[in-house]
Amino acid sequence: MSSFWSIWISVLTLGTLVGCYLILRMCLKNFAGVEEGESMGHSFDGIEELNNPLPKWWSTFFLLTIIWGFGYLLLYPGLGNFEGLLGWKSSNQGILNLSESKASVINAKESGMLVQYDREVAAADAKYGPIFEAYAAQSIETLAGDEEALKVGQRLFLQNCSQCHGSDARGTTGFPDLTDKDWLYGGSPETIKASIMHGRKANGMMAWSAALGGEQGVKEVAAFVISLSGREVDATAAEAGKAKFAMCAACHGAEGKGSAEMGIPLGAPNLTDNVWLYGGSPRAVETSIANGRAGVMPAWDKILGEQKVHVISAYVYSLSQK
Amino acid sequence: MINKHEKVEKNVGLFFIFTIFAISIGGLVEITPLFFQKATTTPVDNLRPYTALEMEGRDVYIREGCNVCHSQMIRPFRAETERYGHYSVAGEQVWEHPHLWGSKRTGPDLARVGGRYSDDWHRAHLLDPRSVVPESNMPSFKWLAENTLDGELTGKKLSTFNFLTRNRSHKDEQGNAIPLYSESEISGAKAAVKGKSEMDALIAYLQSLGHALK
Repeated sequence: MSSFWSIWISVLTLGTLVGCYLILRMCLKNFAGVEEGESMGHSFDGIEELNNPLPKWWSTFFLLTIIWGFGYLLLYPGLGNFEGLLGWKSSNQGILNLSESKASVINAKESGMLVQYDREVAAADAKYGPIFEAYAAQSIETLAGDEEALKVGQRLFLQNCSQCHGSDARGTTGFPDLTDKDWLYGGSPETIKASIMHGRKANGMMAWSAALGGEQGVKEVAAFVISLSGREVDATAAEAGKAKFAMCAACHGAEGKGSAEMGIPLGAPNLTDNVWLYGGSPRAVETSIANGRAGVMPAWDKILGEQKVHVISAYVYSLSQK
Repeated sequence: MINKHEKVEKNVGLFFIFTIFAISIGGLVEITPLFFQKATTTPVDNLRPYTALEMEGRDVYIREGCNVCHSQMIRPFRAETERYGHYSVAGEQVWEHPHLWGSKRTGPDLARVGGRYSDDWHRAHLLDPRSVVPESNMPSFKWLAENTLDGELTGKKLSTFNFLTRNRSHKDEQGNAIPLYSESEISGAKAAVKGKSEMDALIAYLQSLGHALK
């Protein structure tokens, strides 16, 4: 802050405090020319204004708040560039990027400033840091058998993941069920962790309507795809769809078992297990084929940090192991 | 001695002037200096202007009053930063006209909601909030999917923001101000949004929130 504005703030603030004191002092003297307790000379409906002094308790409290004000401004940052004798502030401000933010925490510590927010975070880190450290040192499989760790994982899941995957992790249309064994990108502990850390952006199921020759072609392929799960469909349509399925095989595999089965991270689902991310009715499958689908899992490494993701991974992994 | 109190009590004009004087001091001390501080007029390093579509989405956000129930201001408390991310800093807000900090959280803070959920989630959530968050009391905003943008005013909005932020934009290596939007971005704004739905615009805006500090 430039010294002009610093002086501007200090003069106005201190001036106001002094001004309040002067007004209070003035009001404690009798300037009315009327004896205390006597009539001021106007009455209405027989109610008279008397020249009573300010109540003692009130004027004393006013004086005390003014003194308090000076004390506060001495201890805390209130007067422009003056940082206060306590060296206290609520948080580091004026930062332009995250590395400056980190540096300001260290600077404040070295210069002995009491930054309220930094202290709050440091206290929490001292308390919870070792817990997450200990979890991070264990493998996800081990954590998945640790009741306490799973409770922590569940809490984190409910706060951050349930919005899409549901509080029971069973998902909903477009957002995968995490409790079954059907994985778009693979269900090993490391793969689950990678999915949470870096997110997943499905390569995208293209819109196949035009390539399949319109509605009829879409219906035929849908019939064949549904038949892969052993459901009853129109046999002629399915037969016609089977011929066209070669186009789908690039991602879903020749047998339709999905890209995870082939070890390729395309996110193309297994079509043979009767698990349907976007609905399994003929209509829903036709819509998926005709218009395409592209699900996105956001990346959580920067939001939650690796240690928390590690615990959430254990929780998610445990769900499909029951 | 004359009764000075009586002078103020019986003279409305004088009383008015004294009152204005008294109540303006707070503003002069707490608000005026902020207009001239480096910390409140320098954009943070990674701040980028809204795209044409995001700008339209921002106007939808304002029109629907999203800021009435959602704040965009993460306070420096651990309870907030654990949930929402780094606390908000002044440098993120220097191009906001008006700012959308809000003052009430019926719903969660949105200052860093960008990238937290997928576009599909936002679409499902705006169409029917209960379909993804069963206990939500947010209203449905179905009509946003039906309303189409024509982009007639988008270019004007962008050039207005160039004007509003003229002293507070990023600087190039020579220290010259870089306007938020180039001529070609302004002239191409209409084409960039025409035919998109208000839902697309709002989602694009939401996905942009908080990008500068994470």
